[in-house]
Amino acid sequence: MMRGLLLASVFAGLAATALPSPAQAQGTVTVAMTAGDLPITTGVPDQGFEGNRFVGLSLYDALTGWDLTHSDRAAVLKPMLATSWEIDPANNKRWIFHLRQGVKFHDGCDFTADDVVWNLNRYTNKDAEGFDTFQFALARAYLTSFAGVSKIDDHTVAIETKTPDSLFPYPLSLINLISRCRAASLKFDWNAYATHPSGTGPYRFVASVPRERMELEPNKEYWDAARRPKQDRLVLIPMPEASTRVAALISGQVNFIEAPPPDSLPRLKSAGMMTITNSYPHNWAYQLNFVNGPFKDVRVRRAANYALNRADMKDMLGGLMEEGYSTVPPATPYFGNPVLYKYDADKATALLKEAGCYPCAITLAISTSGSGQMQPLPMNELVKSQLEAVGFKVDLNVMDWNALLDVGRQGIDKFPKIDGINISRAAPDPFYALIRHVGRSQWAPAGGNWGHYEDAETESLISAVSNEFDDTKRLELLKKLNERMNDQAVMIWVAHDVNPRTLSPKLHGFVQAQSWFQDLTPITVSP
Amino acid sequence: MFAIILRRLIYAIPIALGVSVVCFSLVYLAPGDPLQTILPADASADTIAFIKHEYGFDRPIPVQFFFWLTRVLQGDFGMSIATRRPVVDEVLGSLSNTAVLATIAVPLAFLIGYSLGVIAGCFPGGWLDKLVTGSAVMGVSLPNYWVGIVLVIIFSVEMMALPATGMGPNGSTAFSLFRWADLQYLILPAITLALVPVGILARSTRASLAEIRNQDFVTTLRAKGLGEGAIVRHMLKNAMPPVLAVMGLQFGYLMGGSILVETVFTWPGSGFVLSKAIINRDIPVLQGSILMLAMIFVATNLVVDLLQAAIDPRIRRA
Repeated sequence: MMRGLLLASVFAGLAATALPSPAQAQGTVTVAMTAGDLPITTGVPDQGFEGNRFVGLSLYDALTGWDLTHSDRAAVLKPMLATSWEIDPANNKRWIFHLRQGVKFHDGCDFTADDVVWNLNRYTNKDAEGFDTFQFALARAYLTSFAGVSKIDDHTVAIETKTPDSLFPYPLSLINLISRCRAASLKFDWNAYATHPSGTGPYRFVASVPRERMELEPNKEYWDAARRPKQDRLVLIPMPEASTRVAALISGQVNFIEAPPPDSLPRLKSAGMMTITNSYPHNWAYQLNFVNGPFKDVRVRRAANYALNRADMKDMLGGLMEEGYSTVPPATPYFGNPVLYKYDADKATALLKEAGCYPCAITLAISTSGSGQMQPLPMNELVKSQLEAVGFKVDLNVMDWNALLDVGRQGIDKFPKIDGINISRAAPDPFYALIRHVGRSQWAPAGGNWGHYEDAETESLISAVSNEFDDTKRLELLKKLNERMNDQAVMIWVAHDVNPRTLSPKLHGFVQAQSWFQDLTPITVSP
Repeated sequence: MFAIILRRLIYAIPIALGVSVVCFSLVYLAPGDPLQTILPADASADTIAFIKHEYGFDRPIPVQFFFWLTRVLQGDFGMSIATRRPVVDEVLGSLSNTAVLATIAVPLAFLIGYSLGVIAGCFPGGWLDKLVTGSAVMGVSLPNYWVGIVLVIIFSVEMMALPATGMGPNGSTAFSLFRWADLQYLILPAITLALVPVGILARSTRASLAEIRNQDFVTTLRAKGLGEGAIVRHMLKNAMPPVLAVMGLQFGYLMGGSILVETVFTWPGSGFVLSKAIINRDIPVLQGSILMLAMIFVATNLVVDLLQAAIDPRIRRA
């Protein structure tokens, strides 16, 4: 109803340019986030990847990071606080990281190997100085293969993994390194640290009002001169209601909004706003039950994929999606050359009949809303109608986001009668995109393989990927893994979100990277 | 009077306990996990077990409730799971923001609602009565969040006269009722929030006056030759106690915050905080805020009862 009203207001028309708000200072980028609260500032932020996008990567750096300077290619991993890294030639479970020299935290303390050791320990070891349960919970998923860290010299550290893990540098990009200096001066009181954070990032913390706003200012001594912010101030405002974000942008209260609803786009355009989209590693799909029910049969899985007319879905969303035929979008370096299940209703019906499942009754668990879920209700209704058109009989089990996450975490052992779950997933790196969905070691509740998929060829590829430290050779293995996943139709793929965000015409210089993360530092604000 | 206060305070104890038990049970009946906000979507079983243990969620529910109640009785409402801020700070901060809104919305509603009710009550059956009654029904019937969105579209998006969202240009901590730059943020949510109480108060006042109009003392006053103005004054005084009771209830409701209105305007009040706590299954915040709101409701009703007793001697004697 709220979005409908905004749509209705399109007909009212208005001046093409928003008037400046007295509340907004010159040179300030004011972002309306979709988050319901300000992300935590004590290291790894909460509020999903949006928290890291706006707060984590502003205040902090990690050892590795993402090259966010291009919009025409997928973001790739790049050095940040580590200038380079390599696997120990004598031990393929020991990584050597060479640290950037001359970097200072916002509090003036030098960044050294001791900070890396302390940070990694406090994220993982209950007995470490400054251990914080909250940060442990947030960082744990990224450090599953971490075994230990040691200092080699002031600017070199060694990190050991439990098993050979060639992908380890990827999740390290999410492990923000905070200042031990500042934490110690606050006696490791994390509530105090939250309002006095200190990192090495391109922005310094100025002030925050819980649940309302956070203000950051440029770090004029940032070690990467090219990324010193071009604006005076960055203000972050949590604004979970989509129509409120749209109203705030048009009325000039903010000049940058995340995720405008599709039906507001004509209105935003008429107000002179710029909506930017780009491909990025997001996957709106159904994970399937491989132990019970019809999806045990690959023919049924393929039928479900053939049944979907993704072009209709894209049309329904006003173009705000990329048709999904695989776990990652085609621009991903390891997309490979997989079989693509383009819409073919007759083939879908034939496969169902061949599999002896016609009509084929399935139950899909879906949510009413949720992070990254796009427009879950209309999208699932359309999927249901398209599946039923070829011979499926679909029961949508609708629940709230929290309840669906619970189903997703616990896996099919606890929910054997559910045939598929619609939890959209981030696919920022090969482990998150591919391995966690299909690896035997990732069977839920231990990991993200919800439906307990198991396949000898897949396992062999995963093992080869983990043990291959040559980037070029590993890339080829990853392509094969993605191709195998498609061949086995391990999901029902529907869409990749296109990361829409709308900016005031007064903002310039923003480059929308093909990534979950974005660089706000180049943005300038015209009067 | 002292006995009334004491009796009501004693009544508040089982109410608080009952509210605590009910809301604790409801939170656990709902599917989902209170640790959802801090755990990634596919957190492993060992991580979940570790965190549950650290937060005490692995204990039996009655034990959790007992420990929580023990702490609350000592004034410790615990920490928010989602934000790690003390629940007392979370709830009191949001309540004060809602109080700012209610402080404007309630008098506004009373002023308009009571005036409209008096007009309607003084001219029963006339066109003014029908107009007021119709407007009151409309005020009660329109969803206030819908009205809020319409107001935003008109005054923020189209006219760009008032801000659409937030509590002041620099947040609630810098908010001042005496600074126009801040005050303008209050106007649309206050009007939106006042809408329902206006309708209810107008109808209550009208009904109360209509009832009093037919009472013997009014006939007597009229028979004694008193002027119509003086008769209305007597009627108004007699109509006040039930209207006050209704207003007290409305104040209590508004202090509970309107989840939808506060969400539409991103007003960081108790309704907004409560909605986030429900979505996140943030049990300590849910518990703390519901308990405090229940107590505010009880206190508000006590104040109303006392006010009624002060106005109406019959209540004091009862």
